[in-house]
Amino acid sequence: MDMSLALQTDRTPLLLDEADRHLLAAIQSGLPLVSRPFAEIGARLGLSEADVMARLQQLQACGVIRRFGVVVRHHEVGYGANAMVVWDVPDEQVRELGRCLAEFDFITLCYRRPRHLPQWRYNLYCMIHGKTREDVMSNLEWMVNRCGLQGLPHEVLFSRRRFKQRGAVYFAEPQAAGSVREG
Amino acid sequence: MDALDRAIINNLQGGFPICDEPYRAVASLLGTTEDELLRRLDALLENGTLSRFGPMYHAERLGGGLTLAAMQIPPQDFERVVAIVNAFPEVAHNYAREHALNMWFVLATETPQRIDQVIAAIERDTGYTVHNMPKREEFFVGLRFEA
Repeated sequence: MDMSLALQTDRTPLLLDEADRHLLAAIQSGLPLVSRPFAEIGARLGLSEADVMARLQQLQACGVIRRFGVVVRHHEVGYGANAMVVWDVPDEQVRELGRCLAEFDFITLCYRRPRHLPQWRYNLYCMIHGKTREDVMSNLEWMVNRCGLQGLPHEVLFSRRRFKQRGAVYFAEPQAAGSVREG
Repeated sequence: MDALDRAIINNLQGGFPICDEPYRAVASLLGTTEDELLRRLDALLENGTLSRFGPMYHAERLGGGLTLAAMQIPPQDFERVVAIVNAFPEVAHNYAREHALNMWFVLATETPQRIDQVIAAIERDTGYTVHNMPKREEFFVGLRFEA
């Protein structure tokens, strides 16, 4: 058991029936690009179009589906630089600072994670994407000043290469792999 | 990439409608036709601007496991280890980063228990320690990009 009791509800799996699981598996790699995609999915699974839509609405309402839409490769739309910035923050300040960082629109992810002492002291992570490394560094400086992070130990881990960016796969399927250099 | 491609990317990173003709509904909001929207989506997927068009799941709510893991790999052994790590279907993303801990990857599994098994298998197959950095608290997940 970890310390994240506050997240209990967030981590509780919901009871999905067999048809839900088949539906989620059928669309995990993408929705068909046809006029009536939910009818087509239904035809594959032996469900009506109305049943598919009702199940997806329910899965979205209860948060199993976080969002529905295009998943962008950031490098390909001009975000050539990405840095994971990690901070060593006193435990009692993590939540306040995490919320402060999360306010900036150039922050795309922000999490508290465990330290791995002595090798790894950092417990607050955020991801900054930018067109260039200079953009990322100037955004970082702005954020440090705005959130009062001066003097807090941190490191900036720029990405050098991306080997895989295909998204999570929760239902077994064939895989693809590749490598892209980053700025 | 023209204005319509950009509009698709900027407006469709969430909120895709669940109705019987969703592409038609979106096309009319973007001032284009269903055929044109489908053609553009197909092209953006084909040229790699988009990795996917569809749902993004919440791992824990689905009953799955999700974690971030890091390894420290000597440069001369990096390519060998990358090949081994990426061959695991549970590895969703993998990045080389500038740090002593120089390989960072996301693991997504069907069950939370499976995370530990995959980490043990990666350690066995590569000969290096895997540092597991699971999420303890989430302050923000709003992965959106303006094109």
